Amino acid sequence: MDASRAADNLIEISGLRFSRGSRLIFDGLELAIPRGSITAIMGPSGTGKTTLLRMFTGQLKPDAGSVQVAGQEVARLSRPDLYALRRRMGMLFQNSALLTDFSVFENVAFPVRENTRLHERLLRNVVLTKLHSVGLRGAADLMPSELSGGMARRVAMARAMVLDPELLLYDEPFSGLDPISLGVVLRLIRLNNDALGLTSIVVSHDVAEIAHIADHCFVISEGKVIASGRPDELANSESELVRQFMTGAADGPVPFHYPAPDYRQQLLGTY
Amino acid sequence: MALIRQLQDSLLAALRKLGAVVLFLGEILAQCPAAFARPALISAQIHNAGVLSLVIIMTSAFFVGMVIGLQGYDSLARLRQEDILGAGVALTLIKELGPVVTALLFAGRAGTSLASEIGLMRATDQLAAMEVMAIDPIRRIVAPRFVGGAISVPLLTAVFNAIGILGAWFIGVYVMGVDGGAFWSQMQEYVDPADIGEGVSKSIVFGIAASLIAVYEGYNCAPTAEGVGMATTRTVVTTSIAVLILDYMITAFLI
Ligand SMILES: Nc1ncnc2c1ncn2[C@@H]1O[C@H](COP(=O)(O)OP(=O)(O)OP(=O)(O)O)[C@@H](O)[C@H]1O
Ligand SMILES: [Mg+2]
Repeated sequence: MDASRAADNLIEISGLRFSRGSRLIFDGLELAIPRGSITAIMGPSGTGKTTLLRMFTGQLKPDAGSVQVAGQEVARLSRPDLYALRRRMGMLFQNSALLTDFSVFENVAFPVRENTRLHERLLRNVVLTKLHSVGLRGAADLMPSELSGGMARRVAMARAMVLDPELLLYDEPFSGLDPISLGVVLRLIRLNNDALGLTSIVVSHDVAEIAHIADHCFVISEGKVIASGRPDELANSESELVRQFMTGAADGPVPFHYPAPDYRQQLLGTY
Repeated sequence: MALIRQLQDSLLAALRKLGAVVLFLGEILAQCPAAFARPALISAQIHNAGVLSLVIIMTSAFFVGMVIGLQGYDSLARLRQEDILGAGVALTLIKELGPVVTALLFAGRAGTSLASEIGLMRATDQLAAMEVMAIDPIRRIVAPRFVGGAISVPLLTAVFNAIGILGAWFIGVYVMGVDGGAFWSQMQEYVDPADIGEGVSKSIVFGIAASLIAVYEGYNCAPTAEGVGMATTRTVVTTSIAVLILDYMITAFLI
């Protein structure tokens, strides 16, 4: 890989292999994500999208192959280096993962309090600004148990952005949002990305929604990238599997079913 | 033959778990200096564990003390030695019952709540979210709870002993008519600093064991509702067995 290419890719993955038990999740996955872009990662449920994000953050280590973030091989970083790298990332979890003992305000303030020595007045401003941008400044004093799923998602988003990271990972940011919040979140992802010059990776099933904002899409299935390109390229693709994805048909090149023994045989008890 | 195999397997599993717990202790201890740098986090946990356990400790202690008072009076009266009731009660409580019963009650009340609290954080990805925010959950969540628990148990043991002796005094002196002066003076006469030292060392060891097991089970629980439930159950079972085994070992070592 030549140096000039490596320089403008924030993330580079090559030959990634990873398995959980006997199930092979990634089988020679190749991926490069340029700096400053919004990249969509799509794929059927259970294909390993969340797992892939956890490779970027170093919470999971590949069995083979390389995962490089900002030019560093994540699996080989020492603990302090890994934590330093994580300080440059923000992640929105699929289930929000707010701290249940803390109020909305304290949840967003948490990474700032733990990682910096910001003055209380300044901290208040930073947190309220981020909460305002997701439309929840008025909910600052609520506890997570008092939020709806969509509100919790937006709080988690404010928390992921609060340290102004270089890389933002969104795991399913749109699920459970009403159309208005969805539009807000979509615009927020685009706005953050362009105004703050960060790199965003969005995992989503919502092909139609993500197509509005993504610069580039990867479709992952059965451990490999099966299609990639700009959203309009994918939409006009001749490929059957990409069309399946765009139209949402259950049967096609991308299997809907988790690998299983023959259905008829299993029901008849002969398996 | 099958039984021997099974025994062998469970012994191996127990040893493996012991190893894992010891490694976990090492991880926690490495983060303890950082935890001590934020005493507010630790004192909040002492407050938590203490407030959770204080009522149950005091109630149990009073009844345990009254029972020892009654049984002790009954035995000693046959020997016409009622006067040493105070000494007998104090030694029983300080050396043995105080530390053991306090640790068991702590496991049931504070240990389970520690394990389920941390387990729930595991199940809802809160610990994973902290890791991604570059915050070490062992340092921020586990270490303060471990230290807070380990400090609470000796303090609760002292409360248990004091209330227990009061209970025995109430039965012995107030109800059964043992001479009050003899009750206290014999206690002073026969209880050595070494006895108190034995009780204190036991309560320190039990406090470390009970807190360690609780945070270990919570931190390593399966990330499901069922996993959290199992972690709390295992906390009580493992702590009870560990405390009784450790109690025997320390007693045998000190006598
Ligand atoms: N802790 C785990 N232990 C064992 N297997 C796991 C674990 N977590 C995930 N898996 C398996 O790994 C595969 C990928 O899971 P992952 O959560 O990455 O899927 P996903 O693409 O994010 O799906 P979704 O779109 O439904 O969120 C799944 O088949 C799942 O069964
Ligand atoms: Mg997922």
